Amino acid sequence: MGSEPLLSVRNVSKKFGGVLALSGVSLDVFTGDIVGIIGPNGSGKTTLVNAITGFIQADTGAVHFKGKDITNWKPHKIAALGLTRTFQVMRPYFSLPAYKNLIVPLFSPRARKTGGWRGGGKMGSRDTVAVDILEEIGFERDSYVPFKMASSLPTGYLKRLELARCLALRPEIIICDEVFSGLSMSEMASMVPLIEKLQMEGITLIMVEHRLRELFRLAGRVVVLNFGCKIAEGTSEEVMEYPEVKEAYFGSEEVYDYV
Amino acid sequence: MSGSKGDRRKERIDRGIKVRSDSVYAISSWKEITYLIAPRLVLILGLALAPLLLSAAPYWQRVVSIICVYSLLAIGFDFLANYVGLVSLGGGFYVGVGAYAAALLNTYFGLPPIITIPMATLLGAIICTVLFLPCLPLRGVYFAIVSLMYPLLAARIIEALDIFGGTDGILGVDGFSNVWLEQYFLILCVLVMVFALRRLVEEDIGLVFRGVKDNDQAVKASGININEFKALGVFIASALGCLGGACLTHMYMWAGLSQFALDFSIIPIAATVVGGGGTLVGPVLGCMILVPVSELLRDFGSLRIAVYSIVLTAFIVFKSEGIMTYAARKYEQFERWVEI
Ligand SMILES: Nc1ncnc2c1ncn2[C@@H]1O[C@H](COP(=O)(O)OP(=O)(O)O)[C@@H](O)[C@H]1O
Ligand SMILES: [Mg+2]
Repeated sequence: MGSEPLLSVRNVSKKFGGVLALSGVSLDVFTGDIVGIIGPNGSGKTTLVNAITGFIQADTGAVHFKGKDITNWKPHKIAALGLTRTFQVMRPYFSLPAYKNLIVPLFSPRARKTGGWRGGGKMGSRDTVAVDILEEIGFERDSYVPFKMASSLPTGYLKRLELARCLALRPEIIICDEVFSGLSMSEMASMVPLIEKLQMEGITLIMVEHRLRELFRLAGRVVVLNFGCKIAEGTSEEVMEYPEVKEAYFGSEEVYDYV
Repeated sequence: MSGSKGDRRKERIDRGIKVRSDSVYAISSWKEITYLIAPRLVLILGLALAPLLLSAAPYWQRVVSIICVYSLLAIGFDFLANYVGLVSLGGGFYVGVGAYAAALLNTYFGLPPIITIPMATLLGAIICTVLFLPCLPLRGVYFAIVSLMYPLLAARIIEALDIFGGTDGILGVDGFSNVWLEQYFLILCVLVMVFALRRLVEEDIGLVFRGVKDNDQAVKASGININEFKALGVFIASALGCLGGACLTHMYMWAGLSQFALDFSIIPIAATVVGGGGTLVGPVLGCMILVPVSELLRDFGSLRIAVYSIVLTAFIVFKSEGIMTYAARKYEQFERWVEI
């Protein structure tokens, strides 16, 4: 690992009215990492993602990406720099075939510059590139899945569609906001190798999760949030040793939901 | 819903011919080709024949031109509202800017209408877009309200500062060399704009516009500046309005404060509701109905507004989808009752 982090979040805080959704959270992400961010519901995970990607303005703190200070940049400029994210609440074009959902990111200046998916010079028609990306992410072309209406796809595919939307930009970092939630056991089982594949392709990933088991398989390092504060950081084994984490997760009877 | 036996549900299914003409087989038979082009032909022939059929009634010939001006505005309104997500009540502003630009270019620089109209369209659209830039981040009803202020403010400013002829307006503008040229030029503009915009929204860029409307967060996260696209949308809509305004100036050989009138902001919405939002053709149909109705009602004075409101309310209550949406559905699908 290089000494310079690819993404560095310093002391970010955010208040919504009286609620302190984030308080002084810091975090470093290095190229090639899979970093997990976990925490109970309402602990500020999505708020942190929003603050990093420019969807909300942090009250204090700074975010650096590739050595640039991107604090309070507009979301589209951050995405154009190669830092993109999925949304916990997906809203694809249900009335369009799956591959048409990728036209928007492929239309962006970044996708034009990077030549769509595999790079290299002139981009084919966006439709072709879109189908290629979907195939890459597990939409079986032989059974015409990329051409199916988004409204007819199960959640597992919709989550992948959301990932594909990010991939179309050929990003350096993808922040996944709960890609595992709402998936069936078999869908989760097939999502794990997909994430590993993205990592092997050189994409740095930040996985925001509520569920722990799949995340612990993937993430080299885990950050735990509770009530907007970072309460632990380390490998998955290490963070489970923190009493605060045990309190936050295992103090409740929901323990079997998580692990 | 109760699951009792005998419950029935209406099911809509694409007609076979619609499915066939969607695909490569479209060119396989005259039947499919006719099916595809018949609606377009009806619109083109209908508009093209109107001036001829009305040539005996010069007053109604003029109404055809006015329908076209309103149609341009309504197409722009529909595009902006249903594909970009900006509900703009600035129609009066677009017309006014286009009208004054054409009048100034004609009277000060002596340019003929063939040059003033395209120039006023382009310049006017640039002016409108730049002036609307600060409002682009506004959402929904806030954008609508602020856009409504523009025509009102513009008229008051011209009046108060007594510029551009003040309340008298700009007189002595050249007219079209003849009424046929006026009519067919406007009809051509409407047809070209309808077909061009219908094509545009089906292109990749159209999906981006729709993304800006339906899910701007995902568009931002895709590295696209939504304000650029909103500005482009306003540019297109205001260009349509300015084109209408410029033509209006040369039709009446005059540019005045009444070209900032609220009618130009309101009738396009009514026409879009009546004709069917999101279809881009519907608003033209809406204008074909509403503009003549409002001419007929002219004798009733201010009662006109009451009748207008009733028509509009009736439409929203009974056929909220609009004529064009309804017609397209009947044309493309059949219905049948199925047991559940
Ligand atoms: N836009 C907002 N306005 C007000 N409060 C918010 C907003 N977004 C999040 N919050 C609050 O901030 C806290 C953290 O929320 P969030 O980041 O969504 O949690 P998580 O993603 O970990 O479930 C919650 O208490 C939530 O109610
Ligand atoms: Mg969340």
